[in-house]
Amino acid sequence: METQEANTKKVVVDKKPLEKVCIICAKGSLEDVYATLVMANGAVMEGIETNVFFTFFGLDGITKKQMNRLHTATTGNPAMRMPGGIPFPTMLGGLPGVETAVSGMMRKQMEELDMPPVDEFLEMITAGGGTIYACKLAIDMFKLEKKDLSDEVEDIITIGQFYELCDGDRTQIIFT
Amino acid sequence: MIKTFCKTQIEVKVSEDGYLEDMSQWNEEIAHEIASEIGIELTDKHFEVINYLREKTEAKEPLTIRKVGKSGIVSIKELYQLFPKGPLKYSSKIAGIPKPTSCI
Repeated sequence: METQEANTKKVVVDKKPLEKVCIICAKGSLEDVYATLVMANGAVMEGIETNVFFTFFGLDGITKKQMNRLHTATTGNPAMRMPGGIPFPTMLGGLPGVETAVSGMMRKQMEELDMPPVDEFLEMITAGGGTIYACKLAIDMFKLEKKDLSDEVEDIITIGQFYELCDGDRTQIIFT
Repeated sequence: MIKTFCKTQIEVKVSEDGYLEDMSQWNEEIAHEIASEIGIELTDKHFEVINYLREKTEAKEPLTIRKVGKSGIVSIKELYQLFPKGPLKYSSKIAGIPKPTSCI
């Protein structure tokens, strides 16, 4: 019994919980941005230090003009199905307005699960102490400025600065 | 698992993670003891949140920090200040309700 207890204690001591996550979002579709936001918010809620780095098309997730109107791809997405599980014909996905309608439906379903719109989600992450960054190279490439970005964005940083933020032996970098 | 709270000598059933299994066994003294184990000193504001969580759990409504933030009791930022590093996890534990199953 004692040994068992000692073993249990040992396991507890050896457990090394995650202390920091650095999440990279490089794609701008609805599901890619939300994957980042859900993981970031979940980390903040667990008391894990959280840095989120938006780059390339992922910048849509923190750009004021775009962040609340993200789309999910209706073409080239084999997992896309109509209600009832019927396959979604690629030809249909290419018709004007279809992607907007499908994306609207997705947003509605997420709202039912209490998933907030992107701007509010970013606020939730920073309210809990998470930090949001934009990639300098991508900002220059898309000709954006700090004022185009959500007020929740802390700074525009280089990839070198991002890696500096990823220090610590209990840190994980996650690429969504 | 049975847990005895040292100060109050109350015996309650808890899960492996230390969440009360029967929320009716909860009282304010237990809340204070769980909170001090976590390292939180409870104020009236904490109890407003705790009571809100208990009410919603009794009504079988799923809980998220967003919902608490919209309750009019605290903002999400204040919720994090009251229960650092575990706004929903620690508040639920102190409120004597099951471990939150929500991802948001």
